[in-house]
Amino acid sequence: MTRDWLDADVSYVVGLIGQHVVLAIVPVLAALVLSIPLGCLISRSGRFAGAVLAVFGVVRAIPALALFVAMPVFLGTQILDPLNVATALALYAVTVLVRCVVDGLRSVPEQVSRSAAALGYRRWDQLVLVELPLAMPAVFAGVRVVTVTAIAAVSVAAVIGTGALGQLFATGLSEARLTPVLVGLVLTVVLALLADGLILLIQRGTLPWRRAGRPA
Amino acid sequence: MNVLGYLLDPASWMRPGDGIVLRIIQHLVLTVVAVGIAAVVAVPSGVLIGHARRGHAAVLGVSQVARSVPTLGLLVLMVLLIGVGDVGVGLPLVILAVPPILAATVTGMRTADHGAVHTARALGLSPVQVAVRIELPLAAPRMVAGLRSAAVQVVAVTTVAAYTGAGGLGRLIVDGQRVGPGGYPQMFAGAVLVAGLAIVLDALFAAIGRLVVVRTGSPRRIAEDQALASVL
Repeated sequence: MTRDWLDADVSYVVGLIGQHVVLAIVPVLAALVLSIPLGCLISRSGRFAGAVLAVFGVVRAIPALALFVAMPVFLGTQILDPLNVATALALYAVTVLVRCVVDGLRSVPEQVSRSAAALGYRRWDQLVLVELPLAMPAVFAGVRVVTVTAIAAVSVAAVIGTGALGQLFATGLSEARLTPVLVGLVLTVVLALLADGLILLIQRGTLPWRRAGRPA
Repeated sequence: MNVLGYLLDPASWMRPGDGIVLRIIQHLVLTVVAVGIAAVVAVPSGVLIGHARRGHAAVLGVSQVARSVPTLGLLVLMVLLIGVGDVGVGLPLVILAVPPILAATVTGMRTADHGAVHTARALGLSPVQVAVRIELPLAAPRMVAGLRSAAVQVVAVTTVAAYTGAGGLGRLIVDGQRVGPGGYPQMFAGAVLVAGLAIVLDALFAAIGRLVVVRTGSPRRIAEDQALASVL
């Protein structure tokens, strides 16, 4: 029974995996591209930063399914449109990543910023060449959390009819079969852990000074 | 279509057996019970693991894996194995609530101010006294942040649990979807109410977290600690 089902539907499942990856990764990347400049701007602005981060904190508490369901009202899409899922996840990712960028920038020791200024770095260069790279470990940690969460969250959209690998859970429930559910669970968790490992590798590859041992 | 139609209709709120008020209560009960049971399991374990300063990496590893589990999958799995009912629905909620509380408790205990801990030991306090009277109060803000994270997560999972037959605000979404295109206002009402509930609980725990702080560290460091903990 299990073998037959697996063989017959491999291409279907592979298709779901592809959808799943796109629905999770694209929003995270988009959020990263938005969050870095946004975080840089916010970290400079004191009181305004507190207000913005508080609003972000509120948005971050909203359950993914609620965001998926409410998006059509704000985007003008149909309920089955994958754009709802992608936008909701990007929104969630921005709330987390901006916080990480701000925290990362704030954790740069003042002596480093002052040394850079003393060495003649202009404000912009100081930010991009000195402070931002030092903030990256915090940002990478955030990217890992957000990516894993996004991959798990995409399948929740199966409740409203989309959801990539989540479809397997819907099928399993409606037909009372364990196989699709187990396949979906294993694939999603493996996908998430692979993505997490990949990001960790990228982090190690692009931040070589961290390899020399932890700074004090 | 008036998207707010269902939410603003008084009949929706008090309908017997299916009204919004009932759904809110069901959702709250499921959330509070699940987080409560998870806390009873996770806090003592976390205190032991954190105080002994062993197994910390394992706990973080478990947290990361737990974060990657698709909640719908776990819910469907449990229902197929155990059937719909208090255990079938409640068990996955508790399972998913434990890791954030455990991780936060362990981290809080481990990062309790070392100076205070050493001083206490030097003064002759037994390990139990050190754990309970020094490390635990210092770990409290972190622990509350963990409870906050768990509560928000359980509200979200409970919403999804309606798909497998549970009650709660998720039923508005699931039932509304089954009605067809005309059911969207009901779904939207569910989304808005669940979001509101999550936000309120989040704010509540944030306030508790601020109250529980022992005034040792600088306010800025404590605030940053709280904020960072809520992201993890």
